[in-house]
Amino acid sequence: MAADFNWAVGGEAGDGIDSTGKIFAQALSRAGRHVFTSKDFASRIRGGYTAYKVRTSVDKVQSVVDRLDVLIALTPRTIEENLDELHEGSVIIYDGERTTMQDVEIPEEMIGLDVPLKSLAEEAGGAIMRNVVALGAACEVAEFPIENLDSALEKRFKDKGQKLVDNNKEAARAGQSYVAEEYDHEFDYDLETTDEDYVLLNGDEAIGMGAIAAGCRFYAGYPITPATDVMTYLTGRIERYGGHVVQAEDELSAINMALGAARGGARAMTATSGPGIDLMTETFGLIATSETPLVICNVMRSGPSTGMPTKQEQGDLNGMLYGGHGEVPRFVLAPTTIDECFWKTVEAFNLAEKYQLPVYLTADLSMAVTEQTFSPETFDMDEVEIERGKVVDETTIDDHMSDSGGFQPHEITDDGISPRAFPGTADGAHMSTGLEHDEQGRRTEDTEMRVEQVDKRNRKVETAREREDWSPREFGDADADTLVITWGSNEGALAEAVEFLDEEGIDVRVLSVPYVFPRPDLSDDVAAAETTVVVECNERGQFADLVEHDVLERVDRINKYNGVRFKADELADDIKATLAEGVEA
Amino acid sequence: MSSDIRFTDFKSDKQPTWCPGCGDFGTMNGMMKGLAETGNDPDNTFVVAGIGCSGKIGTYMHSYALHGVHGRALPVGTGVKMARPDIEVMVAGGDGDGYSIGAGHFVHAVRRNVDMTYVVMDNRIYGLTKGQASPTSREDFETSTSPDGPKQPPVNPHALALASGATFIAQSFSSDALRHQEIIQEAIEHDGFGFVNVYSPCVTFNDVDTYDYFRDSLVDLKEEDHDPTDREDAKDVILDNEKEHQGVIYRDESSVPYHEQHGVDEDMSVLPDGAPESATDLVREFY
Repeated sequence: MAADFNWAVGGEAGDGIDSTGKIFAQALSRAGRHVFTSKDFASRIRGGYTAYKVRTSVDKVQSVVDRLDVLIALTPRTIEENLDELHEGSVIIYDGERTTMQDVEIPEEMIGLDVPLKSLAEEAGGAIMRNVVALGAACEVAEFPIENLDSALEKRFKDKGQKLVDNNKEAARAGQSYVAEEYDHEFDYDLETTDEDYVLLNGDEAIGMGAIAAGCRFYAGYPITPATDVMTYLTGRIERYGGHVVQAEDELSAINMALGAARGGARAMTATSGPGIDLMTETFGLIATSETPLVICNVMRSGPSTGMPTKQEQGDLNGMLYGGHGEVPRFVLAPTTIDECFWKTVEAFNLAEKYQLPVYLTADLSMAVTEQTFSPETFDMDEVEIERGKVVDETTIDDHMSDSGGFQPHEITDDGISPRAFPGTADGAHMSTGLEHDEQGRRTEDTEMRVEQVDKRNRKVETAREREDWSPREFGDADADTLVITWGSNEGALAEAVEFLDEEGIDVRVLSVPYVFPRPDLSDDVAAAETTVVVECNERGQFADLVEHDVLERVDRINKYNGVRFKADELADDIKATLAEGVEA
Repeated sequence: MSSDIRFTDFKSDKQPTWCPGCGDFGTMNGMMKGLAETGNDPDNTFVVAGIGCSGKIGTYMHSYALHGVHGRALPVGTGVKMARPDIEVMVAGGDGDGYSIGAGHFVHAVRRNVDMTYVVMDNRIYGLTKGQASPTSREDFETSTSPDGPKQPPVNPHALALASGATFIAQSFSSDALRHQEIIQEAIEHDGFGFVNVYSPCVTFNDVDTYDYFRDSLVDLKEEDHDPTDREDAKDVILDNEKEHQGVIYRDESSVPYHEQHGVDEDMSVLPDGAPESATDLVREFY
């Protein structure tokens, strides 16, 4: 693996940290380099520490590591916050003229580059461009051709006029020349470019793109971190395909609107985060009982209650599996990578309609706000298939009538799946309800019909287990004695951790599971392993509990719940420690 | 749509379990007649209701229907209409459903001006839970949960609607069959959110707001010097606490429904076999 380069810009919220980081990430991706970004942010608009980190390599990068090579520090706290990741020879770019940075002490073993960011920006046309001056300085340090930065600046500012683009280019060059002229130093970096062609996107965007590709035409949601980007993405885009986004008055309304659209025959979706899921739970039962296909996206954050809205956690799994009163089947899909966010979204819509039930599509904060580079072919639209399941029309509806001539939307069938009629279908008029109902959808308290309908709904799950592929993804050493199981966004860090472990002669087999319910049968895999470790970002080990339940065997657990995602090197150490404990025992 | 549709085509084969004499019978008949008279048929109509006596209406009518959760029928209706601008959407609720648990949704549905008809069966009491005070109960109305009266003023739904930017506000009385039907028809024909509060007496639990009370006190706006297109006139009627009115209180003739404002005109149930042809553009945007 080629050496990777780790860069960050940090300051106070409102300092333009996000756009600065994004411009650099885009410059790298446009230069044919792989990029993986991560964000540290607080739940406030202005003030408070915030940072945007970029890891880049010519090889694929899919996680963060405990290492920073170049840091643009707009505040002293930026240095404090990142001391652990800075190392001997790390470069810190700062503006010593800035009041708050005048007394800053750069640790001895590091290289401080005092660049008058604001003054140089003012000369180029405006103080606001000081971050771009810093980017230019970073390009010089990293020996990264500044033309790539130009290209990213053009993308960013072209709508605001050529003058602004030119000023920004000039600002970048001012930063670059300043470092070249003032610091006679050979830095160790040489960010080569390639001819590769990459796209850069985050998990929320991949979900939104997947939804449009899959034919989602109606979205209703209520803003909540970290799910809002899904709505932001769809707004203004879904209309091109005849769709519409409603910003509802609350989550209760959002899910009911989506339910209405789904009953109308549209592919519909809502997205929210934990607290919003709680509000939607009442209607969730109605969706499941009325057998309405709906995709409910839960971008998890740290809970319970308002918890830590801007921090990572995978704590809602039990809520999605068991939430709501009574017993109703639902599917829970959990993409494990950003590109899978796209494909699992497509799959979620197909599963929802084929099996006529609500599908939870769950991502987590780390995946939602993280950007990663992909070949455009990763999202091959020709591969998207749309399966609408048992939809009847005027010619087929006659096969699904009761003796008295009423359409039977809850017909008792062997596979548990009943016919569906969209409004407007002649002779299809029927009622849907959250009350227990007969085959025609009419309320019943008949004990036999109750049991038949419950069994019918559950039979769909068995049908799905047989008909669909619920396999996990496997990597590492297939014959290793150590089996590591994970779900959600930890896959990337784990994939790199396996490489670190391999270098030390430790063999590990990994199963990354994108299906929580139904889920693959892992009992043979666990039985074949000497040690099984389940890795997840929560305290209880909710997925580990499921594995134990399924395989009737104890498993080891690695849990992280401090609000920060797993890092590849850290995870490798955790796995080593778990194995060492096992040996001692 | 067929021209020989009769209102009985909107009747289901289920016998209503409403109490004998319930105002909801008349309310529902007017809705069915209104739908038939305006050229709709059951296969092109979607009726949404929530919970309570009013919520049962989808069971007794024949159409595409959803019996949802308490207070949230309006968002469901919004979703149906956005997905299917070609379908006639009617939402029914009670005073508890609409002005208590669903009050937030009511305000926002009104201001969105979604093209649907919202019929509230207002009996000024909670019936199905056996006689508790509702948001429209009088301040001194004694019930099991308000032995000395609720001691809070009733909600004025029309004022709430007008303040929220309503484009059609009306009131009718379920027992005055012809006028009720006429008003419902006007609401259906209105381009936008057609709101009709219907006095629909509860004969079991409300011995104050009775048929006789409404019959004696109702003033028909048709017989008054009332201009429904004049917002100031509407305001005066709505804030007049001394009288009970029936008729169209306000109608904005320049109303443009939400889906038209947003350029939504496609039947969203129709999809291509795979991703839309231009979908590769979506990927290129991330370059």
